[in-house]
Amino acid sequence: MAIKDYIRERFFPHMWCAGCGHGIVLNGLLRAIDELSMSKNEIVMVSGIGCSSRISGYVDFHTLHTLHGRALAFATGVKMSLPALNVIVPMGDGDALAIGGNHFIHAARRNIDMTAIIMNNRVYGMTGGQYSPLSGYGTRATTSPYLNIDHDFDVAELSKAAGASFVARTTTYHVQQMKDILKAAILHEGFSVVEILSQCPTYFGRKNKQGGPAEMMEWFKNNTTPIGSKAKQENPNLIERGIFVQKEIPEYCSEYEKVIERAKSR
Amino acid sequence: MGKEKLKQHIIKREWCKGCGICVYFCPKNVLEMDEQEKAVAARPEECICCRLCELRCPDLAVEIIAETAKTEISEPSEV
Repeated sequence: MAIKDYIRERFFPHMWCAGCGHGIVLNGLLRAIDELSMSKNEIVMVSGIGCSSRISGYVDFHTLHTLHGRALAFATGVKMSLPALNVIVPMGDGDALAIGGNHFIHAARRNIDMTAIIMNNRVYGMTGGQYSPLSGYGTRATTSPYLNIDHDFDVAELSKAAGASFVARTTTYHVQQMKDILKAAILHEGFSVVEILSQCPTYFGRKNKQGGPAEMMEWFKNNTTPIGSKAKQENPNLIERGIFVQKEIPEYCSEYEKVIERAKSR
Repeated sequence: MGKEKLKQHIIKREWCKGCGICVYFCPKNVLEMDEQEKAVAARPEECICCRLCELRCPDLAVEIIAETAKTEISEPSEV
């Protein structure tokens, strides 16, 4: 299948701004799914609220557009009822880690088999550019005109600590790596977290004088480095990208199946 | 496998929002923005089919149609 067979063409052109990184995430995700030759009927995409979450409207899978921050809770329900389905949960940084922070850490702790994609553009774009828990110290947003004093989460470290069995990070500049990581994350049995640094030229880029979409992607290129590279040792400020964690631990749905078996055999 | 040769750039003008990402990152300077701020393949003969424009387009507006050039076994190799 070509990637156009996986989208709902009638809703295009999409509603994201010109140069929005979320479109590149959609592009990469479709190519990953295409290369895995997955059927549209075996995929469920569950999203919450925000610019990122609008992605579920554009893909021709089973889709659920749910409550702000609660996508993982709905996704858990879907997965528990039909564990054979492939569940993909794209979220924004605010959706996943502010409003949905608790759902996020507990889904990771349970190791339920789904792919959580965090489209991190470091801002609440849809509501007017308020700072998010991933904006970072010293950044500007419409709600931090005198610089943000909140520190940001390290999504990879947070996911690791919460128990996710697959943790990776990439950017919208590194499209080949994005596709490969998404493929690995979808195939991984367990809770997979993929953080994708994405550009919001409309708010984050403009408020922080990072230039247009291409310049923001250039920033991703110049400020990230493969995990454990020599460049990272020389410049600790570089953001590492690649697969941080990939381990096999008991998966929640299959463990729950065992609980049912134990209860039945009594 | 032979080298890929460009047949055509398909750029959906109604989907293109003119962000310029494809133009900025094209390694061969094939693309440019026209007077309506839409991407066009101005120098298609320079295209090496790397597909970075297709992969990075946030609007899914670019598609590269390529054909695999036949490897000519009968002819002596160049160099």
